[in-house]
Amino acid sequence: MTTTTPYRSETRLARDGFAQLLRAEWTKFRTVRGWVIGMVVAALVTVLVGILGPVGSSFSCSGPNGQSCGSHTPPLGPDGEAVTDSLFLVHQPLAGDGSITVRVTSLTGRYLDAPGAPAGRGLQPWSKAGIMFKESTTRGSAYAAVMVTGANGVRMQHNYTGDTAGLPGEVSSTTPRWLRLTRSGDTITGYESADGTKWSVVGTVNLAGLPSTVEAGLFAASPGYTVTTESFGSASGSGGDTLATALFDHADLQGTKPRGTWTGDDIGGQGGGNSPVTGFQQSGDSFTVSGTGDIAPVVASRGSLSKTIENGLVGAFAGLIAIIVVATTFLTSEYRRGLIRTTLAASPRRGRVLAAKAVVIGSAAFVTGLVTAAIAVPIVEKLERDKGLYVFPVSAMTELRVVAGTGALLAVAAILALAVGTVLRRSAGAATVVIVAIVLPYVFAVASVLPSGASQWLLRLTPAAGFAILQSMPEYPQVAAAYTPADGYFPLGPWGGFAVLCGYAALALVLATFVLRRRDV
Amino acid sequence: MEATIEVTGLRKRFGPAVALDGMSFTVLPGRITGFVGPNGAGKSTTMRVILGLDAADEGKALIGGRPYRSLRHPLRHVGSLLDAAALQPSRTARNHLLWLAHSQGLGAKRVDEVVGQAGLETAIRRKAGGYSLGMRQRLGIAAALLGDPPVLMLDEPFNGMDPEGIVWMRGFLRSLAAQGRAVLVSSHLMGELQDTADQLVVVGRGKVIADTSVADLIATASGDRVTLRTTERTPAMTVLARVGATVAATGPATLTVSGLPAERVVALLGESGVPFSEVAAHRASLEEAYMELTRGAVEFRAATAEETAR
Repeated sequence: MTTTTPYRSETRLARDGFAQLLRAEWTKFRTVRGWVIGMVVAALVTVLVGILGPVGSSFSCSGPNGQSCGSHTPPLGPDGEAVTDSLFLVHQPLAGDGSITVRVTSLTGRYLDAPGAPAGRGLQPWSKAGIMFKESTTRGSAYAAVMVTGANGVRMQHNYTGDTAGLPGEVSSTTPRWLRLTRSGDTITGYESADGTKWSVVGTVNLAGLPSTVEAGLFAASPGYTVTTESFGSASGSGGDTLATALFDHADLQGTKPRGTWTGDDIGGQGGGNSPVTGFQQSGDSFTVSGTGDIAPVVASRGSLSKTIENGLVGAFAGLIAIIVVATTFLTSEYRRGLIRTTLAASPRRGRVLAAKAVVIGSAAFVTGLVTAAIAVPIVEKLERDKGLYVFPVSAMTELRVVAGTGALLAVAAILALAVGTVLRRSAGAATVVIVAIVLPYVFAVASVLPSGASQWLLRLTPAAGFAILQSMPEYPQVAAAYTPADGYFPLGPWGGFAVLCGYAALALVLATFVLRRRDV
Repeated sequence: MEATIEVTGLRKRFGPAVALDGMSFTVLPGRITGFVGPNGAGKSTTMRVILGLDAADEGKALIGGRPYRSLRHPLRHVGSLLDAAALQPSRTARNHLLWLAHSQGLGAKRVDEVVGQAGLETAIRRKAGGYSLGMRQRLGIAAALLGDPPVLMLDEPFNGMDPEGIVWMRGFLRSLAAQGRAVLVSSHLMGELQDTADQLVVVGRGKVIADTSVADLIATASGDRVTLRTTERTPAMTVLARVGATVAATGPATLTVSGLPAERVVALLGESGVPFSEVAAHRASLEEAYMELTRGAVEFRAATAEETAR
């Protein structure tokens, strides 16, 4: 036999890059119509389920002139969040810099509208009394205050969301607390003391834009109580107002006092129902102040007429199911058809193949989620407002995080599904595993099928924790509330919960890479 | 370095079943090498090992001197067709080629070229799910050619093709070899390779039984036998046996004579006055030669699960 000259191709070699692998996987994805349709279905289902909520709701509420119900429209704090601003304030104007000092010798409480109220003294853990500088007596105006509380010691709070702890312990005639606030420009400093001579700083806050004349005063407030009874699958709550009464002495206001006399105002005007129980008595520098209500951000709760923006995304779990099916099939169909051999013969570096697939399916899911949320959130919000429901305002950053977070949630779930599909190689099995791991715990938790304790643990331990990225309302330690998943609160918070999902996806991806590298195909 | 496939001492077990048992052979450029053996002989497993899809327990498989998994644009080095049915049915044939081209840094222009070469222009925008097996084979050939590789490796490419397609495939493979490419074609039917292959690697039970040119194989199988056609079988047998030849009756009027050249047979019969109508050197068919070789290598089907379970 004669030797032959081996064939030499004329084609020039392109660079060897991850980009060409991405391009190949993207071409694969976009050329199967079912997958593209699956993504569109995910978006449509999410938006439609979101719209069904307000459209299907029979509630409507309007005032005499067609405006939404006043009682459902809380005032907004300086940072734009919804707040409760109900308290009894004994106050007078203070011009320019100055300070106020007081000694608190007692804080007691009682339940109002007693029928059904629990037994006990009625002092709430976050019943509070102390001194404050407030921009004005308008609800929602800026303030800074130091106070004693029912069970949380001395606190310095400002602008509804700010809270700094001072000394713990209850106040009584044998263990009185001295409190002091000083103003220097926009800077307010809070002090506490056990004896009126040795002072320590509780905190310093900056209230930018505080007018030169503020209201300085003594206040008392006590948040309402709720008793939630949970039985399997449902929860019922009851509650009512409480009243806090504080005894102050050694009250001393230093600085320019344009009026020089104290007046009392029941800000927020709850007034304790039919018989006015709030008010104050003055005797020299001693005051007795009784107040109800709270000075705090509003927190979301289930069944209330106030909605969070992520309420428009209740359908995300349904969209997620479609995404999971597409993402698992994106890989398992290659096993089913034997196409995985063509893929791995064309690109023998298997880890890179899986990475390219993850990037492609993750990006497709991200864009789907982003577009879905960008449509669903404003539409549902408008429908809810049209129904007279109140929608909690949130910052632009939070709204952005919820909208982009929808994309991120779908993207990471898709990558998890892809990885599980790689390991299991069967579409139905892989999709079922991922749906059971992500969607089921979420639905159980938010629909309060399970008691809230079990729900909270599910949303800590399962990949469903990732839904937390959609939570728009922060939890406030200084506001006693249920904070259950059904109320819209996830136990790990938005980023912690999302990190749990990411952890699962990363783990699955590592396992998938290991298995894919080792396996004969 | 010669652009070839070199397989050295491959061994692989699937559980208790030995799939490859010291498989060794080399595919040379410029010719078509037939890779034949019964089902379960290890052909497909060998090909999967060459492509880095399966890992061998022992041994080496090299493409142009390099392991497949080290190739950065493997389709530029070797084009392969393992399973023509491995397609996403809802994707069009053209898009199938397109993603494969993209994975090698190639574009749509190259796709159009190979579509032309495989004669698929009219059907290329149809969904691959609607393709007949013969069309899928053509699509597989087109895919194997995408990288314009010096080595081609095709597993059972004649499967499911109509006679016209088989003729086309033969001519096409011949033209590829004529360009200097090394072409390895597997088949479990020797007849398919009769007029196609130059070289044969015959395998059975996971190893090479014969590695030879087609001409040599037929000559070996034929031996120095002579076929004799005569109506007078008994006198003929007597005359020929007397000089030491082995004579076997293979039909009512045919005898096969071994150990005696055709000229001597003619001379002896002439001297003895035994009439005959034809004396010819016996020529075995490739199929016969193959059956001869693989008789001992056909395995019980149950042991070949890996081959058929693909």
